[in-house]
Amino acid sequence: MYPSAFEYSAPGSLEEALATLAELGDEGRVLAGGQSLIPMMKLRLAAPGHLVDINGVNELAHISESNGHLAVGALARHADVASSEAVSRHNHTLASAAPWVSDPLVRNRGTLCGSVAHCDPEGDWNSVMLAVGASVVARSSSGERVIPITDFIVDFFTNSLDSGEMVTEVRIPAYQGSAGGAYLKLERKVGDYATVGVATHLVLDGSGNVAEAGLGLTAVYGHNLKVTEAEDMMVGQVPGPELFAEAAAIAASACDPDDNVRGPAEYKRAVVAEYTRRGFAQALAQARGEG
Amino acid sequence: MTTVHEPRTSPEVGGIGHSVRRKEDDRFIRGAGSYMDDLNLPGMLHMAILRSPVAHATINSIDSSAAMEIEGVLAVVTGEALAAHGLAWMPTLSGDTQAVLATDKVRFQGQEVAAVIATDPYIAHDALSHIDVDYEELEAITTPQQSLATSTLIRDEKEGQTDNVAYTWEAGEQDSTDAAFAAAARVVSLDTHYPRSHPAPLETCGVVADVNSITGQATIYMTSQAPHAIRTVFALVAGLPEEKIRIVTQDIGGGFGNKVPVYPGYVVATAASLLIGKPVKWIESRTENLISTGFARDFHMHAELALDGSNRITAMRAGILSDQGAFFSDAQPTQFRAGLFHICTGSYDFPAAHVTAKGAYTNKAPGGVAYRCSFRVTEASYLIERLVDNAAREVGMDPADFRALNFIREDQFPYLSPTGFVYDSGNYHGAMDKAKEMIGYDGWRDRQAEQNSDPDASKLIGIGVASFTEVVGAGPSRQYDILGLKMFDSAELRIHPTGKAILKLGVQTQGQGHETTFAQIVAEELGIPYSDIKVMYGDTDNTPYGLGTYASRSTPVGGAATAVVSRKIRAKAQKLAAHLLEAAEEDLDWEPGKFTVKGTDQSVTIQDVAFAAYTNHPVGMEAGLEGVTYYDPPNMTYPFGTYIVVVEVDTGDGTWKVLEMVAVDDCGVRINPMIVDGQIAGGLTEGFAKANMQWITFDDDGNCIGSNFMDYLVPTAWETPRYQLGETVTPSPHHPIGAKGVGESATVGSPAAFTNAVIDALWSRGVSNIDMPVLPHRVWGALNGVEVSP
Repeated sequence: MYPSAFEYSAPGSLEEALATLAELGDEGRVLAGGQSLIPMMKLRLAAPGHLVDINGVNELAHISESNGHLAVGALARHADVASSEAVSRHNHTLASAAPWVSDPLVRNRGTLCGSVAHCDPEGDWNSVMLAVGASVVARSSSGERVIPITDFIVDFFTNSLDSGEMVTEVRIPAYQGSAGGAYLKLERKVGDYATVGVATHLVLDGSGNVAEAGLGLTAVYGHNLKVTEAEDMMVGQVPGPELFAEAAAIAASACDPDDNVRGPAEYKRAVVAEYTRRGFAQALAQARGEG
Repeated sequence: MTTVHEPRTSPEVGGIGHSVRRKEDDRFIRGAGSYMDDLNLPGMLHMAILRSPVAHATINSIDSSAAMEIEGVLAVVTGEALAAHGLAWMPTLSGDTQAVLATDKVRFQGQEVAAVIATDPYIAHDALSHIDVDYEELEAITTPQQSLATSTLIRDEKEGQTDNVAYTWEAGEQDSTDAAFAAAARVVSLDTHYPRSHPAPLETCGVVADVNSITGQATIYMTSQAPHAIRTVFALVAGLPEEKIRIVTQDIGGGFGNKVPVYPGYVVATAASLLIGKPVKWIESRTENLISTGFARDFHMHAELALDGSNRITAMRAGILSDQGAFFSDAQPTQFRAGLFHICTGSYDFPAAHVTAKGAYTNKAPGGVAYRCSFRVTEASYLIERLVDNAAREVGMDPADFRALNFIREDQFPYLSPTGFVYDSGNYHGAMDKAKEMIGYDGWRDRQAEQNSDPDASKLIGIGVASFTEVVGAGPSRQYDILGLKMFDSAELRIHPTGKAILKLGVQTQGQGHETTFAQIVAEELGIPYSDIKVMYGDTDNTPYGLGTYASRSTPVGGAATAVVSRKIRAKAQKLAAHLLEAAEEDLDWEPGKFTVKGTDQSVTIQDVAFAAYTNHPVGMEAGLEGVTYYDPPNMTYPFGTYIVVVEVDTGDGTWKVLEMVAVDDCGVRINPMIVDGQIAGGLTEGFAKANMQWITFDDDGNCIGSNFMDYLVPTAWETPRYQLGETVTPSPHHPIGAKGVGESATVGSPAAFTNAVIDALWSRGVSNIDMPVLPHRVWGALNGVEVSP
């Protein structure tokens, strides 16, 4: 497992990192946790010309609540997210997903922002971000953009970052009302990618009806899939098994899984439906304070 | 039955029955082991191998000129270059031939095509992409069924080969079996595929070949489970004089059968060192290990049981089609073409059986190594244990009761099986009763009946039983040899003047704990503390000849040799003691470590005797206290046990989890119970892996799926069930210390227990078989009547 030759820089500040990226253009790749990038380099599936290691940019390690949202910085590790009180206070879907990301070794090094930027359709975090309506903060030497997650995810391993830009933060909006959420993942073993992952998000209005619903799917489409039709259908409805079954049916037909060693498409659709029902049931229990 | 062995020696001496800590762990847990990639010699070069990206193709040309221009590249070795030295092909352990580097065709994805020798491993790997190979793709044959039906000849280079059949073989007796089936009240059948798996040792294969161009001495440091046999094979294949070949293994990070064969990488590195005159290192990557080195299993099995009106088994038929890959390179005794698969009558007493086997070449990696298994006993055990479980349910009996009805009884041993094995000893009812009691079998059956009776139950309980019989310790020389080398094994023991000792073995540890266990055998026999005995192995210049470690043969054969050589030394020690005590030999009593004159308190210790052997030996006796034994076992040993697993199946997503598992093993006398427990826990986990998640498969083009640890799944502590271990002790009557070998029992016995548990949960829903791995989508498909593939 010997990667191709590459150059390496380790900037000590965000400004320096952005300046380096600006100078390198398409040659530059940000190295944070390296839990996807380095295995790809070892298999020679990726051969970046120049790695910009941001592990010394300590200002990016934050997980903080401010201005109505939770901010997760580019150096916050999955393990930091999994153990964060701010996360568990702020959003049930995130808290539920964090322990499902790969295995403890990967969680100790890999970062949430890196996973979001990687746009692997089998990655867990982007389904969560789609369900909860997150946005991505991108910085370059010439400024900052806040990109809704739906615009950030372009396709299979493709995001909407420009050359010289890097993700510095992901923002998750605060709940407005009683809310809950879950991430259910079918994996063959710890550390495996999802066969199917389903992120659910549910906010209730004062009368107990659905004010807001979120549904994101992992590994069953060319990219992480936001099931907008199901989300829209649920708004204003009475939450419960019937509504969740209806959402599950929409989700199962909206996805387009492959037949492969993890199972045939028909099976994955069945699990999408099953986990959509189970996920919303958990979300509802939390929203009602029963979970 | 059978009591647990009470130690005869003190904890300080640490003989049989003491769970002393493993002596080797001190260096392992401190990161001070020395594995192949830890070895660096002055001037050493590095090798990387170019492998075929396709499963079947004609090689039109290989152009390595661009690679040769890279600074630091010394040579690009091709099949053509090896052919000039007669080394392009080599023999396999099953008497077939295997390409070292492809000359005419590639026959599996990952096959070795060329090798780069460079000053640095990065340069060697960079250069691979600069070798231009012109492949003309051919149809890939990816199943043995397809192989037997097609007119495409996979081994078209092999003289006399007119079809894709690698071997045919049979055992047992057809006529009596047919007669029993004709008279049967009921016939139960099963078709199942035991999927291809891979031993996947933590350390991949590797070699540092150091051929001295002045002296001609070839020192080959390599990852081998059988260094002595490898030395002889190298002498025969490469024509090197055997006294100038020295194989050194160092520490080996797991073998599990994967490190028995000779691989092309070893041969090419040795040839390169010979040609260049410098040491050459080759360390395999994980992907190379998984896609090209010895796989295991891949048996397509059909079997039938004949039953009489009282649910007694009267006969068994089994027909096997094995997928051998491109070269027939099973590591197995030469006489047995399908290994010891004909042990498939298992733990049951019936008079007739007939087994037929056929192997087919395919465009897949060769191998057929016995992955933690005694030559196909794993497939055999799986087949019979799945079959009796289904038979029990078909006749409406509890699977444990059906087994008990058909078990070989304790008073029938030694027992001649219908395929010709002589089981040495056993108490199958005892192990079954103990396992049932430990798990609370009847209570689980009650809970199952209650929970599964709800037609809408989202969680179904299943209880799986497997009562395996193993056959290990190859083996008696009249039947067991590999390429003519008889499967004896050896021990050389030297007692030093101060009473310390060095024990040299022909077997080869890969982490099993030989440095401790074998010292404990000497401690038991001579009373010398185990901590005073250094155990050495894995250097062919400095250890006696042996066939190595696999098939659970170390304790049955090497352990027996150790006990016997210790007894030889004790006999001489008794003469020395008589001399020291001025008594007659026959007037001495022995207890471990001490001779005493009968009826007196006059005694000498083994340490006193050892000192005398070098300082005060009697006139007419040779000095020294040492010996060597080559042990030819009179029979195989037959460990057994009963495993019971309770699972819960989620009908919504098809996942299943283990709620409780009990494993009762009987491996005869346990030398170090802690090490035995460790072997069993590890083996159970490997069995669970196969049942739950692990396999190597291929797409229709012959691309290997399972080429890294993202696709070839190895369970972590998180997935691994909790086990309760139990034991019974039925000593082997023919083994000097009554031990049977245990390294593989759990891998052999447990897969059927897990599968049986899932099928037991689903039986009332009309499901009678799911092949391993019992993946969630297969469970879901079986429950919902949906055909799922793969």
